[in-house]
Amino acid sequence: MRLRGRVVPALRTLLASLPIVAGGLAALHAATDGFQAFTSETARRLSIARDPRLLPQVPLEAADGSTVQLGDLRGRWLLVDFIYTRCETYCSVQGNEFARLQQRLGTQIQAGQVQLVSISFDPAYDDPAQLAAYQRRSGDRGSGWIVARPVQTTDLPKLLATFGVKAVPDGLDGYVHNAAISIVNPEGRVVAVLDWDAMQQAQDYVLQRVAP
Amino acid sequence: MKNGARTKAGLAALLWLGLALPPARALLEASMTRQMLIQMPLLALVGWWLAAAVPAVWRDAINRWNAHGINGFLIASLTGMLWMVPRMLDEALDLPWVEVAKFTSMPLLIGLPLALSWPRAGFVLRAAVLVEAIATAFRLAWLYLASPVRLCSSYLLDDQQRLGQGLLVLGLTLCVVLGWKLMWGHVRVDGA
Repeated sequence: MRLRGRVVPALRTLLASLPIVAGGLAALHAATDGFQAFTSETARRLSIARDPRLLPQVPLEAADGSTVQLGDLRGRWLLVDFIYTRCETYCSVQGNEFARLQQRLGTQIQAGQVQLVSISFDPAYDDPAQLAAYQRRSGDRGSGWIVARPVQTTDLPKLLATFGVKAVPDGLDGYVHNAAISIVNPEGRVVAVLDWDAMQQAQDYVLQRVAP
Repeated sequence: MKNGARTKAGLAALLWLGLALPPARALLEASMTRQMLIQMPLLALVGWWLAAAVPAVWRDAINRWNAHGINGFLIASLTGMLWMVPRMLDEALDLPWVEVAKFTSMPLLIGLPLALSWPRAGFVLRAAVLVEAIATAFRLAWLYLASPVRLCSSYLLDDQQRLGQGLLVLGLTLCVVLGWKLMWGHVRVDGA
């Protein structure tokens, strides 16, 4: 009888622990996309790879003052990054990389198969003059690279959400942002997000897919 | 309900409401350090106080399935693991339902089960829980101090490193408390 008094609660507890562990693991599984994405940056890339998002129809104002409809760029592979021109770290390097991609993908750009797009998430400061200066000091090769800001500030959250970009003010007049090169296919869907310094990878990705 | 229990439950409700106020949320969630070292522990404290208000009948029913408090610790650690996933901190800011999940699971699935289990646990189990808590604080501290990349897109790197330092201090404090209790404190060794 005394033994039973000890064993039964232990067995009951063990029995109850099984659904608890199962529930806990299921919750962890769901929260991490099947133990694959523990940070929101990985989750963003995974979500884009699994379910390519359609570009929103948003008007952009380019460095030369002209207006470009993002949706009108369909039919080409787009390499897109997000920048702000006052940035002195990543973005200046990002700019140089885009200028180099402009040169390396020159043939495809000429053929209208590839287009580079840099979008500012600081439209209040980045007017066409600032955008043009950014493009110039990055070493712009002349064609195939649009540096632009959203015409309407209200379009910015839509753009950032589509690309999964997050810009956090750093308290020093700048931003910390998850810089990356996003690739948009000719159907206008964001199909891949690569590291911000993965220039070679971006180039290979596009070259493997454009029609020869 | 006894008077003491009523006071505790009232305090718990007040604390929870206070934390849920938009200015309090904005203040505590603006920094990764404040969210993890102040907001989340306070939410768990709400649940800990709430345990006093659990009617004796329910408590007896729970106890029958909770020998030595094992299942309570299990629920609390699994829930804790979930909230240690960096993504969850970002999503609590972006998705309202994740924020609601945080405000309910921290008290009900961490604080409350811990309070119901701790008195039932024997010396060895309590020691295991405490040592594991210390180890977790050190592991997370090391991760946040050593990581060159931001683990949460919503927070800055220096915030993340400050959190690492905070966790280091937390782990050390727990070590000192545990050491002090073992050396000079009153430790119950017989077990429940």
